[in-house]
Amino acid sequence: MKIGKPERMIINGKRLDGRGLYDLRPIKMRVGVLKNADGSSYLEWGGNKILCAVHGPRELHPKHLAKPDKAMLRCIYSMATFSVKERKKPGPDRRSIELSKVIREALENVIFLHLFPQTVIDVYIKVLQSDGGTRCASIVAASLALADAGIPMKDLVSACAAGKVDGEIVLDLFEIEDNYGEADLPVAIVPKTGEIVLLQMDGNLTKDEFKKALDLAISGAMKVYELQKKTLYERYGERYETER
Amino acid sequence: MSYRRKLCMRDMVNVMKPKDEILANLKRNFILDILKKGKRVDGRKFYEYRSIEVQQGVIKKAEGSALVKIGETEVLAGVKLSIGSPYPDTPNEGALIINTELIPLASVAFEPGPPDENSIELSRVVDRALREGEVLDLEGLCITEGEKVWLVYVDIYTLNYDGNLIDACCLAAVSALMDARFPKLEDDKIIYEEKTSKRLPIKNYPLEVTYAKIGEHIVLDPCYEEEEIMDARITFGIKQDDTICAIQKGGRGSFKPDEILNLYEDAVEKAKFLRSFLNI
Repeated sequence: MKIGKPERMIINGKRLDGRGLYDLRPIKMRVGVLKNADGSSYLEWGGNKILCAVHGPRELHPKHLAKPDKAMLRCIYSMATFSVKERKKPGPDRRSIELSKVIREALENVIFLHLFPQTVIDVYIKVLQSDGGTRCASIVAASLALADAGIPMKDLVSACAAGKVDGEIVLDLFEIEDNYGEADLPVAIVPKTGEIVLLQMDGNLTKDEFKKALDLAISGAMKVYELQKKTLYERYGERYETER
Repeated sequence: MSYRRKLCMRDMVNVMKPKDEILANLKRNFILDILKKGKRVDGRKFYEYRSIEVQQGVIKKAEGSALVKIGETEVLAGVKLSIGSPYPDTPNEGALIINTELIPLASVAFEPGPPDENSIELSRVVDRALREGEVLDLEGLCITEGEKVWLVYVDIYTLNYDGNLIDACCLAAVSALMDARFPKLEDDKIIYEEKTSKRLPIKNYPLEVTYAKIGEHIVLDPCYEEEEIMDARITFGIKQDDTICAIQKGGRGSFKPDEILNLYEDAVEKAKFLRSFLNI
């Protein structure tokens, strides 16, 4: 048994932060928050604070890496040193390299990269404060920033995690549940087509639990998708209406 | 095998022309055509493993070791034990440290130097299945609570790359852990030359099963040519009680929820099949 584990994480159907089993944490989104970036977003998801900037499409250096038939997508996920309890050593660690890879692969699915051959699109994700579920929050922030940069995509990517805590399947785990829970299942989807573009799991689930958690995570991601659309509409809706 | 030979010739052209995007497309179409006919480049069925070989105890200096071959893919896992202090939050548990490395001798595609993202992903995915699947009872590695515990290192080297390293590495790791014996302990010093007959406290047998998606087709245990052009990949870590302990999806392609649930069911059967090579 790990020291520091709360005795119970679900009491009378309520979780330690007061949520019900299937509730999302409060989410706030903004786009166009950084002046120098071609597109940017800021996301608060519970205790997570994430800033994302998109640069490009732009010329790729070194040139020999450029692809003749499509743009290259580079994605860097990194955590601020003060974003976690014990200071994180700056620079990429193995976890952030893996996360950068899976986030990039999820985004590659929706961007029309073939429209910008020989170029690169850079996505920089900075986790300023972390509270569990940063990979899902990062994908949500990144796809908002890509939309803010005006990069053509077939859809936004939306994401949410589900998991198992105290024997119950719950939505959107926060840090304590993530650390001491029984399973964590982050899922990213392309809402329009229902495709799953990111799927990871660690922990322990039976077949029925897995099915339930997968459905729950997808339904959570659909809720986040509505918020993403609302955020973009609030920023650009008026302009869109008048230009039409 | 003739299909694969044709692909080999394309590989030679590839070496001559560094811009390989167009050739990759040609290869992809070639493999897709074969899949459409319900066949694979090496003549296998879609949900069939290549021939598997597991050989334990190949490295005598290691506390445990295993050489695993899946087709031409070959990996070697070795277990070394040492004594250390436990983590502060788990004073009565030993530690399991797993590392996998893509080394240049395994393929022209692997370069020397610090591990790249593929190497790190492989290592972390193999680690995830074994850690989350609780392959060892870590409390059984405690010597004196809060002071001394056994540290179990599993290092896996890829010797020859022909696709699907994840499954091979996971199988090799479990097999090497099963092969391992504690060395003799005298006044808290390890005498590596003398092995006892005591085995490691193995709790579960988690194994990984990987599928590749190429176009609309899904195949088990992708070989090199298939892995090179696949759209997406999914790995399931399955324990002996058929529960799931790890998943990793890779690649820019996607899966439908139904596909994932169906593959999970198939993966349970395939994990049983893999376990038969461990004689359990």
